[in-house]
Amino acid sequence: MTIEQHQHVTNVARDVVFNESDHSRPGEQVDTKTVGQVTVEAPVITARHVNVHYSEKHAIKDVSIDVARNSVIAFIGPSGCGKSTFLRCINRMNDTIPNAKVSGSIQLDGIDIYDRSQDIVQLRARVGMVFQKPNPFPKSIYENVAYGPRIHGLAGNRADLDEIVQTSLRKAGLWEEVKDRLDNPGTGLSGGQQQRLCIARAIAVDPEVILMDEPCSALDPIATAKVEDLIDELRENYAIVIVTHSMQQAARVSQRTAYFHLGDLIEVGPTEQIFTNPRHKLTEDYITGRFG
Amino acid sequence: MTKTAMAMTTTQARVAASLRRRYAAEMRFRAYGILAICIGLAFVAFLFTSIISKGYTSFQQTYIALDIDYSAELIDPEGTRAAQTLQAADYEAVIKASLKEQFPEVEGRASLRHLYGMISNAGEQLLRDRVVAKPSLIGTHERVWLLADDHVDTFFKGQIDRKLPESDRPISDEEIVWVDQWKAQHRAELRFNTAFFTTGDSREPEQAGVAGALAGSALTLLVTLLLSFPIGVAAAIYLEEFAPRNVWTDIIEVNINNLAAVPSIVFGLLGLAMFIQFFGMPRSAPLVGGLVLSLMTLPTIIIAGRASLKAVPPSIREAALGMGASRVQMVAHHVLPLALPGMLTGTIIGMARALGESAPLLMIGMVAFIVDVPHSLSDPSTVLPVQIYLWARSPERAFVERTSGAIMVLLGFLLVMNAVAVILRNRFERRWS
Repeated sequence: MTIEQHQHVTNVARDVVFNESDHSRPGEQVDTKTVGQVTVEAPVITARHVNVHYSEKHAIKDVSIDVARNSVIAFIGPSGCGKSTFLRCINRMNDTIPNAKVSGSIQLDGIDIYDRSQDIVQLRARVGMVFQKPNPFPKSIYENVAYGPRIHGLAGNRADLDEIVQTSLRKAGLWEEVKDRLDNPGTGLSGGQQQRLCIARAIAVDPEVILMDEPCSALDPIATAKVEDLIDELRENYAIVIVTHSMQQAARVSQRTAYFHLGDLIEVGPTEQIFTNPRHKLTEDYITGRFG
Repeated sequence: MTKTAMAMTTTQARVAASLRRRYAAEMRFRAYGILAICIGLAFVAFLFTSIISKGYTSFQQTYIALDIDYSAELIDPEGTRAAQTLQAADYEAVIKASLKEQFPEVEGRASLRHLYGMISNAGEQLLRDRVVAKPSLIGTHERVWLLADDHVDTFFKGQIDRKLPESDRPISDEEIVWVDQWKAQHRAELRFNTAFFTTGDSREPEQAGVAGALAGSALTLLVTLLLSFPIGVAAAIYLEEFAPRNVWTDIIEVNINNLAAVPSIVFGLLGLAMFIQFFGMPRSAPLVGGLVLSLMTLPTIIIAGRASLKAVPPSIREAALGMGASRVQMVAHHVLPLALPGMLTGTIIGMARALGESAPLLMIGMVAFIVDVPHSLSDPSTVLPVQIYLWARSPERAFVERTSGAIMVLLGFLLVMNAVAVILRNRFERRWS
């Protein structure tokens, strides 16, 4: 870090810290206060100037960021910083909250998902979501995984559906544990298994992006390790956005990390750099445990 | 002892002192609870003992065996055996002849009237049916068990004290003699009262049954259930899952809550004005009764339905929406199955209230005296609670046991209905983590 840069970041007033504009994509200039590189090569998701208001509260303030294909990006930040809110914008789950207003643009493969012509059902088939608390349906394990393919009409017959269920459970690393009891209720599994079942359910519709909202916060360390390994494997086929409170987890599973603070996106960069060499004072404070 | 240790002991002493108070309060609370339950149970036990002890006799009826002489002169003097003649024949005379034959010593108008009044006039119909079905009976003798009149029945069941002076009891001294004589000859006995469950109301207590009221209640409740359950569930789902939260939905919610508290007779007046006077539907019909009771039951079902929808964890909704389910799919596949047990509970409560309701039905004419058992939704009929009310007002002693008998039937109906609902609910009940 140069002295000049250091002076920049020690200045806490964020509007003084302008983007360094080290964009790798020529021609794309993003007008943002975020430190670091918000853009990537051939992104799957492109968010620009996203603002979210809950009634009076300004929850997300002018956030611009790209999500790369086949990689994991972690959103970190103190509670209430808006990382989950932003995550839920990506598959429009905020639509269900009355008084939530989203402005700006979020593009999935170049198409604005907030456009009137965008079908919300189709969007959610392409952007899957795993929630904080494992929430399998109170149905059998098989039915949990088969639900998505069934409502979207992905399987022509029972054999296809069996195939999809098996593949998804295998990808989620759960097949060996549940193959003999697919008819048992999904809610009867352990917490870690339930969460992997939810992941299997999400990937059964073969989405492009998987959003994970603190997927391990309700799990014990062993189950967490399993889910983290799984995330690493899933990266081969999917873009993954994970919100986490655990910085170790972010460091372990992600390639890029974005730090949110009070609705602002403070800094984005390669995970290693964020954790070893943060460029913004707030990021550094958070990483080193001075608050948050 | 260190300072902290001292402080510890005083704190603990205080805790110990407060503990005793806490335990005492807890014991008191438990005692109140047990007392309340005991009082409740005592009332229920009293109610049941009183009803069953008064009502069980209505399931039995006194029958008297008479040697009937199907004399050709009385039934078919011309010997044509034409169906019309057999139908129109005077079977009362046949019974009277048989009685006269058994008690030849009885003379005088008053005594004969007493003698002939011992047998219910249902006997004529019984003999008519037998002869019409089998005309070859004419000219033969047969011992037939005939229904006794209600005052004989009441006396035979021991509900009239024979030590009372004759003027104070509905049965005369000579009638008591005849009954005793029959009893000694094994010509009088109590038999299971099938007629109570197969016939409608009657002016004659011994012939009155609950079948009409039972069928009326069943038809009325069928209409109520078919209307109020789907509409109530749909309204609850719309209000809870789809409707925007604004002033209008607030007003609707307040109104539904108020409707649930409106006295039922008001719904009766509404039904009279709207369904009968405006739409011209038939009076006293289960259709109109069901409509009126639906109006009354709807708010209960909607409120219970909304409460049980609210109780479904939001994580299930998120999971479904996150998978790309539409709102309707979310509700139909996940929320409704979880909310259904609660909705059924609300429906049971509403239907039980509807079953016991009489006031609104009085307004639409279901209080009329109706002998026929209704077979369709537009047949005039009455319902069990109204039947109970009608019998409770009747002066005959024999209607007292019938009133209690009808209450037992009503409670049995309620029990069956609730049992079915509970079975259905357990079937739908699923657990979520």
